[in-house]
Amino acid sequence: MNLTLHIWRQKNSQDSGKFVTYQAKDVLEDMSFLEMMDVLNEELIAKGQEPVAFDHDCREGICGSCSLYINGRAHGPKQGITACQLHMRSFKDGDTIYIEPWRARAFPVIKDLIVDRTAFDRITRAGGYISARIGSAQDANAILIDHDTAESAMDAAACIGCGACVAACKNASAMLFVSAKISHLSQLPQGKPEREARALGMIAQMDKEGFGACTNTGACEAECPKEIKITHIARLNREYLRASVK
Amino acid sequence: MKLDAKIPAGNLADKWTEHKVHLKLVNPANKRKYHIIVVGTGLAGASASASLGELGYNVSTFCFQDSGRRAHSIAAQGGINAAKNYQNDGDSIFRLFYDTVKGGDFRAREGNVHRLAELSVNIIDQSVALGVPFAREYGGYLDNRSFGGAQVSRTFYARGQTGQQLLLGAYSAMSRQAALGTVKMYERYEMLDLVVIDGIARGIVTRNMITGKIESFTADAVVLATGGYGNVYYLSTNAKGSNATAIWRAHKKGALFANPCFVQIHPTCIPVSGDHQSKLTLMSESLRNDGRVWVPKQKGDTRKPEDVPEEERDYFLERKYPSFGNLVPRDVASRNSKMVCDEGRGVGKSKQAVYLDFRDSIKRLGKAKIEERYGNLFQMYEQITDENPYITPMRIYPAIHYTMGGLWVDYDLMSNVPGLFVLGEANFSDHGANRLGASALMQGLADGYFVIPNTMGGYLGSGGIEKVTIEHPAFKDAEAKVKQQISQLLSINGKHSVDHYHKALGKIMWDRVGMARDAEGLNKAIADIKALREDFWKNVKVLGSGEELNQSLEKAGRVIDFLELGELLAKDALHRNESCGGHFRAEYQTEENEARRDDENFSYAAAWEYTGENNEPVMHKEQLTFENIQLASRSYK
Amino acid sequence: MGWFTKMLTSSIGKKLVMALTGLFLCSFLLVHLYGNSNLLGDPANAKESFDGFSKFMSTFPPIRVLEIGLALGFLLHILQGTILYFQNKQARPIGYAKMPGNETSSLFSRTMIWSGALVLFFLIVHVDTFFVDVRLAQGHEASMYDAVKSAFENPAYAGFYLFSLLLLAFHLNHGFQSAFQSLGLNHKKYTPLIKGLGLAYSILVPLGFAAMPIYFIILKYYPCCGGK
Repeated sequence: MNLTLHIWRQKNSQDSGKFVTYQAKDVLEDMSFLEMMDVLNEELIAKGQEPVAFDHDCREGICGSCSLYINGRAHGPKQGITACQLHMRSFKDGDTIYIEPWRARAFPVIKDLIVDRTAFDRITRAGGYISARIGSAQDANAILIDHDTAESAMDAAACIGCGACVAACKNASAMLFVSAKISHLSQLPQGKPEREARALGMIAQMDKEGFGACTNTGACEAECPKEIKITHIARLNREYLRASVK
Repeated sequence: MKLDAKIPAGNLADKWTEHKVHLKLVNPANKRKYHIIVVGTGLAGASASASLGELGYNVSTFCFQDSGRRAHSIAAQGGINAAKNYQNDGDSIFRLFYDTVKGGDFRAREGNVHRLAELSVNIIDQSVALGVPFAREYGGYLDNRSFGGAQVSRTFYARGQTGQQLLLGAYSAMSRQAALGTVKMYERYEMLDLVVIDGIARGIVTRNMITGKIESFTADAVVLATGGYGNVYYLSTNAKGSNATAIWRAHKKGALFANPCFVQIHPTCIPVSGDHQSKLTLMSESLRNDGRVWVPKQKGDTRKPEDVPEEERDYFLERKYPSFGNLVPRDVASRNSKMVCDEGRGVGKSKQAVYLDFRDSIKRLGKAKIEERYGNLFQMYEQITDENPYITPMRIYPAIHYTMGGLWVDYDLMSNVPGLFVLGEANFSDHGANRLGASALMQGLADGYFVIPNTMGGYLGSGGIEKVTIEHPAFKDAEAKVKQQISQLLSINGKHSVDHYHKALGKIMWDRVGMARDAEGLNKAIADIKALREDFWKNVKVLGSGEELNQSLEKAGRVIDFLELGELLAKDALHRNESCGGHFRAEYQTEENEARRDDENFSYAAAWEYTGENNEPVMHKEQLTFENIQLASRSYK
Repeated sequence: MGWFTKMLTSSIGKKLVMALTGLFLCSFLLVHLYGNSNLLGDPANAKESFDGFSKFMSTFPPIRVLEIGLALGFLLHILQGTILYFQNKQARPIGYAKMPGNETSSLFSRTMIWSGALVLFFLIVHVDTFFVDVRLAQGHEASMYDAVKSAFENPAYAGFYLFSLLLLAFHLNHGFQSAFQSLGLNHKKYTPLIKGLGLAYSILVPLGFAAMPIYFIILKYYPCCGGK
């Protein structure tokens, strides 16, 4: 298939950036979206033009590096996957595709489609952990965790920190990301002792980074490649309010 | 050079305990005066940063990714082994130790492996304490699954995302230290050289991947936890960014590289679909718990798998290895898959695949149970192939997955360069010639959480480390060389992209240094790699500048190292005139096509010394001694 | 900053204010709707009971105090909503070239500020018609029933009123269930109930209000169908 690509090109964080149009020829439907980008980049290099910079690493949907906003959708049109898992069979001959970086004040563009997501790391440092001294742990079966709680914590823990929730939210809110960590740790008995400090610390940092507030539109949930639900945001709200009044 | 692994004397089971008692300590108030550099934030690097920071050392941690959480440990799917014996099925530390040494085809050190098995239980405890949501039974107890090469169920798991959960646990512990100020994080920094002064490791030279700035950092000790070199084959299950630059450049600064030819080829990966292929996706070994591997008995059978009747299917692993069946170790499964494909019985368009069929277990357990166990893997498979594995069997084929070889280290995980420690997949120590499934996570975390915090004290506590600054000529010299290499790469402006060379190297490696090797092919590979390397330096085209984010430049630097490492790998494979584990030499096989090990002549680790650009590397032998295990020919029949 | 201010000025606290004031306003709507129901029925009786209710509401001291609370509730909801809107806009200084439309979220949920602004405009007109022009200008003795009747008999006013109710329905459709989410009340067992309740509320309450202008229009133009 042949495609028309409008790709955001921006030299660095100071540059204002613009869309550049490319024609992708003979794209195979078995290619992943990123492989289609690889082929385009090889052609650009052959022509002496700088290839398009984009973040990617594991290419199997788990590292959370890839961060493409494809035709108005974080990670492209399909649900429950990352851009690297998107295959070209989701497009058809003659399609026009817009490829943009995540857009958020807290995620400044570094180059082309690469953004700086270290805000997430700073939020994690503000409490997204359990203070368990290494070497001091008791037997793993000493505290029982019922199956459903473990599963529910795992649902939240599945977050890959890609930032699609921020990208998809009309307010560029990071609530789904933050709630995933809070919900994961606060449900487990091991995470309970620090739950208040965790909720207060992470939210304060989230606000400081310049993410927007949640208006419960549910776009994050619809775009999350790990299908993390906004019920976790409700739990975060509870945890935060509980921590505030305690 | 005499290699001393410094394995403590005494009983196998007491070595580690005894050793810890005798290790030097650093006074708590003095720890913060020591600066330790950790490169890499996977399981080994993140857990090492966390534990060293927690002890009070002043730690700087570097990763090339935009966040420590993205290191490739995140992609490990199936699980982590631990000798907890929660299943009451006869497991013990000794059995895990035995399985690991046997699984590694008797090419690993007894002392290291036993320590690993001992620490395995602490890892599970520690990870649970850090909030890792392992799978639980309804009673609230931890659940287990089985993995290859073992007849007990000792693998702990968190769905198909065990590596992710363990890494996030270690990352969160590291983040806590970063918040406390004991660990300073450097993201999007790539280590480009190791600085050695007076024979000891004193720091690194890095490139800031956003600004391009070349910077030096001094340290009292350097810890490399930068993973394996599987991407020397271009196509592998590794992440695109996984590279050997840190260990290779340390090798060129004097660190010995051990057993580079021990490369693991994982049997269950999604087959290559075309020339555009950029990486291979693993389907967890845990699938072999319930999936049955088969090909049609007839050559060139083009029927749909569903239409092949039971009596015309060859469940070749179950047939040849009745006691382990589909759960034979990875090297055995891979080699057998290749054999049936070579016989012309491969399936799919390319005929380079075998079936992994869940029909019978879906019939036995129901679709819901299979979905609970492997749902995300099935989904992943369907995304890539557009086929539904609940209905039609998966097509799988072996792919490069893990590298058992790596920088040589002693029992303390220190390389032959004092002050340079190497952890996790980056070292060579624990898996011999083949790693068992679910043991990589175990090793990374054992090294980082429990070994390095002890042995680091042993090194630093011995004293004798003078202060240095980045003004030292060794730093200036290393910086100048790094800069010179970058400007050289940017100035060639030849005909071919970096990927062109990487793919070409990958093809040589896979065809001649892959699943089956022979002297003729290896000699040819060595010559071809040399020629390719020369061509690279004449004709590579790297656009852009060095003072900005430049992904082509980053790749170019890594590919140069692969072009050198590939040659050493082939040379190591050529010198090892035996078949063992992942290293299969066609000349050395039994009549039943099984690997034929030569314990008399090759029961050693081959540690290679770099001797200069056009000089032959020099091999040093570390003889392996087995006092607790009887060397035997590995049988899974 | 005290814990209370800190909580209320955080992004979650701001949403808490929106949710609590929103639910408070929802409860006010029910009282208002109950009052309006006095308008229906036999005109003579209706006039007496509605005027009586209206007088009670405007003179009974506890209600007067609540009225201040109501005004504050509106003010907070509007101010906080507006502040949040502008703050949230700042969180994305450069927008996307392509938007997902309704693929990932509902139109109502994305346009709360606009449905809210139009409802606010309606509220101003509404207060002007019935509070400023009647209560303030004419005092407690004026008949609120007559004022309502004359306003609703004007098809243009009735039309504007109906249109505003439609927007109110949109606003409530997202707002009602969203308030519970902001309060942290989301659970796989009772959330479907809240969502159902929200949907019913957002349809039935505006419909109830819509009944008044429709009733008066019918009464005026088709007296045979309505009453005497």
